[in-house]
Amino acid sequence: MAAQSSLAEFVKRRFTQRTEDVLTAYLCLLPWIVGFLAFTLGPLVFSLVLSFFQADLFTRNVFVGLGNYVDLVQDPLFLKSLRITAIYAFVSVPLGAATALAVALLLNQKVVGLGVWRTVYYLPSVISGVAVAVLWMQIFNPRMGLINNALKVVGIEGPSWIFDSTWALPSLIIMSLWAVGANMLLYLAGLQGIPTHLYEAAKIDGANVGRRFWHVTIPMLSPTIFFNVVISLIAAFQFFTQSFIMTNGGPNNSTLSMVLFLYRKAFQQTRFGYASAVAWVLFAIIICFTLLFIRSSSLWVYYAGEERNE
Amino acid sequence: MNSMIDTALISNARRVWHPFFRQLGLLVLVLPGASLFLIPWLWMLSTAGKETALIWKTPPVWIPPVYHWENFIKAWFQGDFFVYYLNTFYISGMNVIGILISSVLAAYAFARIRFPGRDILFVVVLSTMMLPRQVTLIPLYMIFSELGWINTFKPLIVPLFFGDAFSIFLLRQFFLTISRELDDAALIDGCRRLGVLFRILLPLTRPALAVVAIFNFTWAWNEFFTPLIYLDSPKLFPITLGLHRFIGRAQIDIQFLMAMTIVSTLIPIGIFFLTQRYFIQGIVITGIKG
Repeated sequence: MAAQSSLAEFVKRRFTQRTEDVLTAYLCLLPWIVGFLAFTLGPLVFSLVLSFFQADLFTRNVFVGLGNYVDLVQDPLFLKSLRITAIYAFVSVPLGAATALAVALLLNQKVVGLGVWRTVYYLPSVISGVAVAVLWMQIFNPRMGLINNALKVVGIEGPSWIFDSTWALPSLIIMSLWAVGANMLLYLAGLQGIPTHLYEAAKIDGANVGRRFWHVTIPMLSPTIFFNVVISLIAAFQFFTQSFIMTNGGPNNSTLSMVLFLYRKAFQQTRFGYASAVAWVLFAIIICFTLLFIRSSSLWVYYAGEERNE
Repeated sequence: MNSMIDTALISNARRVWHPFFRQLGLLVLVLPGASLFLIPWLWMLSTAGKETALIWKTPPVWIPPVYHWENFIKAWFQGDFFVYYLNTFYISGMNVIGILISSVLAAYAFARIRFPGRDILFVVVLSTMMLPRQVTLIPLYMIFSELGWINTFKPLIVPLFFGDAFSIFLLRQFFLTISRELDDAALIDGCRRLGVLFRILLPLTRPALAVVAIFNFTWAWNEFFTPLIYLDSPKLFPITLGLHRFIGRAQIDIQFLMAMTIVSTLIPIGIFFLTQRYFIQGIVITGIKG
């Protein structure tokens, strides 16, 4: 029995259990650690180094210092892609968040056929970006497409959408709204986590629907909104498939995203050093915005558990 | 007293009438949005069964007088969609196997075992989720090209046998919901650490394994960027690349294109309908996009 075992024996058993634990843990983690070093950390460092070289598949690598970055800042096409990516991210993400939240608020009511509506709104998020792009290419078709036919009914001659350099980027943004279903589900889950007694208390205090929304729903939902917006921004900065398939960056480079620019430099012109510099600029932008967002979160995100610490 | 009775009466009346009008009001708000989301699907279905002349008609004909089901068969054989389907099944299946094996082990270590460096390593896992993949893309391409892996499935499969951050995170969250007392009891009874994982935790977290499998299968099915980078020959293409190749053909009829777009989405949609409960649960728990 444990009570009779000597201290030495006890310590020894604890010790062997502990050694076994540590060994088992690292054994379990071994694949991930190897994978992380080989497929993430190694390539990450390598790509930073590469961005200081003029490098392609066939010629010898030449160290150019910050040369690639200097060239980038002077490359009008890169600057354009930067602007397009920023517009896409900063328009599509807030629009998408607002749409998702509005739908979630509606579906949080006890409306008949809830499961059906939820599925209808969510389904576009299940299919591939390629399928969405191919479908919307036809919907945006100026002659036979759905949108211009609908506009014709109300007497409007629609633009050429993805074939028109002013309308191409807005077209991609409109299309992105079709896939807000996943965000909608997250908001729905967030809404269902808000305790009803908060609403009841607010009601007793005489708060109307609007005030209950601003003073109960929004603060309680702010962690979900925060998380969603961060994830969506990171994804939006990397937009590629839509413009690659639908417009190939055109017309007149009006939908040239940063990743499409990178793809061309790396895999069509094999300028690996230059493309690595683009990747690092993209990475830096994403890190900056994520950190900025996390920093600002204490101003507007409300965590229910926080108060206890004060 | 009187006023109390009054309020009781009013709320009673509300209980009868209010819900009806409330439902009506809600439906008026829900229906237009839902139709906007649904119409592209219906249009795609309608277009896929049309003959060429009908497609260019304005105003559009929603229900073609004859629905040409043979469009699907013709398009299927025009592109090599059978090959694309087989490739996609293979790639997605291997992804799921690789991710399950490696991520279950890592998640177990993070959730259940105390060891030096655990917290730092877990932060590393979380931060890799935020990493844009473009930043490792070019070195990986160069490495895989040195290894002679370009134009093989290996770059799409092998890395996943080394764990996937999302799946590790998700499985860890699930493991944490299961009481530790079960582990301790098994350990006291002389069970080894790994025995605890296979005999206690895994049988209890089958739904979590299902969520991980379903998500990763769907993601792999929909993946475009990675195969675009690594695969050149059409006989290796997954369905996304196949569809892209199909558009690229000089004179492809729109109805054929729509038919194959529908065909390419059948598996993810089918998976979603069959496993809706797991699907939604998984999205909610991890907070990630489907």
